[in-house]
Amino acid sequence: MITREPENFAPPVNKFGEIGRELLMFCREVGRAVLLLVQALWAVRHIVRRRARAEIVLQMFTAGIRSLGVITIVAVFTGMILALQTGIELRRFNQEVHIGTAVMVSMLREMGPFMTGLILAACVGSAMAAQLGTMTISEEIAALEIMSIDPVRFLVMPRLVAMMVMTPVLSFYTCIMGVLGGGLVGATQLGVSWTAYIENATRFAENKDLYVGLLKALLFGMIITTVACHEGFATTHGAVGVGMATRRSVITSFLLMLIVGYFVTRLFYV
Amino acid sequence: MIIEFQNVSKVLGGKVVLDRLDLGIEKGETFVIVGPSGVGKSVTLKHMVRLLTPDRGRVMVGGACVSEARGAALARIRSRFGYLFQGGALLAWLNVFENVALPLREKTEMTEDQIRQRVFETLRLVGLENDAEKYPSDISGGMRKRAGLARAIVHNPEIVLYDEPTSGLDPVTSRTIDALIDNLRRSLGVTSVVVTHDLHSALAIGTRIAMLHGGRIVELATPEDFVKSTVPEVAAFLESQYISRRGPWERKEQ
Repeated sequence: MITREPENFAPPVNKFGEIGRELLMFCREVGRAVLLLVQALWAVRHIVRRRARAEIVLQMFTAGIRSLGVITIVAVFTGMILALQTGIELRRFNQEVHIGTAVMVSMLREMGPFMTGLILAACVGSAMAAQLGTMTISEEIAALEIMSIDPVRFLVMPRLVAMMVMTPVLSFYTCIMGVLGGGLVGATQLGVSWTAYIENATRFAENKDLYVGLLKALLFGMIITTVACHEGFATTHGAVGVGMATRRSVITSFLLMLIVGYFVTRLFYV
Repeated sequence: MIIEFQNVSKVLGGKVVLDRLDLGIEKGETFVIVGPSGVGKSVTLKHMVRLLTPDRGRVMVGGACVSEARGAALARIRSRFGYLFQGGALLAWLNVFENVALPLREKTEMTEDQIRQRVFETLRLVGLENDAEKYPSDISGGMRKRAGLARAIVHNPEIVLYDEPTSGLDPVTSRTIDALIDNLRRSLGVTSVVVTHDLHSALAIGTRIAMLHGGRIVELATPEDFVKSTVPEVAAFLESQYISRRGPWERKEQ
């Protein structure tokens, strides 16, 4: 059951008891979030239903097309900053022609998926947490459960699938826009021609960089959706609770993306 | 008994809300639970569909223990119910038609034409057939409640649970809802459990009325006997709503 019952706890006897309880509660919430992800992945088998597919397309539009503007701006400026910073340093050694490599590899391996994840967590994840939180408060989730409509299949699965598709796609788009932004700075401020920039950018980047970046983006999409939906379903205490769930969802997603991003890099590059 | 509470206790926020509650609801009756705010009326209702689980005791629905049911068994029990929430609990991004059609689209094999016909039949019952395209944010609280009622009854459930069906409604709309609940029992034999603190409504539609106080039932009687009750809590409740124990009280047929 997604709908949670209010819990009754006796007051802790001492500080250790309080810490122990907090630890257990934390572990339980992690377990619930993982279970939610597993249930949502299992519910993907219902994708054959026409209504489920329509909802996935709607969620893809919300996650993808509506975030495109802000992602374009962030990606272009990230590429420009990367090019400018590395270009200033490389110019001291007359090697500014290599900014293409630096921008391309950074964007593919780290900045592309991470910047996309940050934007989606802030724009899409927060909106998911707020929507599901409001639905929980207004008993809409309970109403679905009484109608024997599984909220995980009905609400979480379409969002998860949409984010698992759109985050890698947007990450790839971010990489392209970032590289173009870097090229713009190279051509206008560092005296690196577009031809030299693109040649350098493509010479040293490997397919592995692209695949690992896309894998990270896929994992980030799963993290954002799971955290947002879990926080939404756990919402209590009215409008204040919805605000807190939204805030927690964004912060937790950021932290998890950093941690998971590090371990994926370590797994493939060390 | 279609619904039976056996020695059910529930503590919420450190307060005993239900205290060894025993209760039986017969098939086809309109059972009304009254009492002041915060005595556990809605909590009792939520135990029937396992939105809450008893700390002690158990709740039986048609011979099946809902308190211990899980997965498909719980879904089977819940499919026997319709539930009207206090605020309607309509999905905000669906219009009235889509909200009412939701249980049919998700849980039945009906064609879109059959669904359309059934939804409009139900919307006509609650007087919303001309508002089918409106969204929950564009309609009044009373209309949301009526749309919620339409959604609760659209799949012809055996049992309908009403959580404060007339709260926040004008008297005319309240009586329309009362008439609808009464009509469901008379024409379709639907078992209804109504939680309310509106005694006028309780007396008009109830076949039996239970007064909840201190986590237990302090009075359980037919409307005729309920108004004559000598239980102090009932007497105070009757007086608070200007219903005299001494004066003649007559049930008017809807």
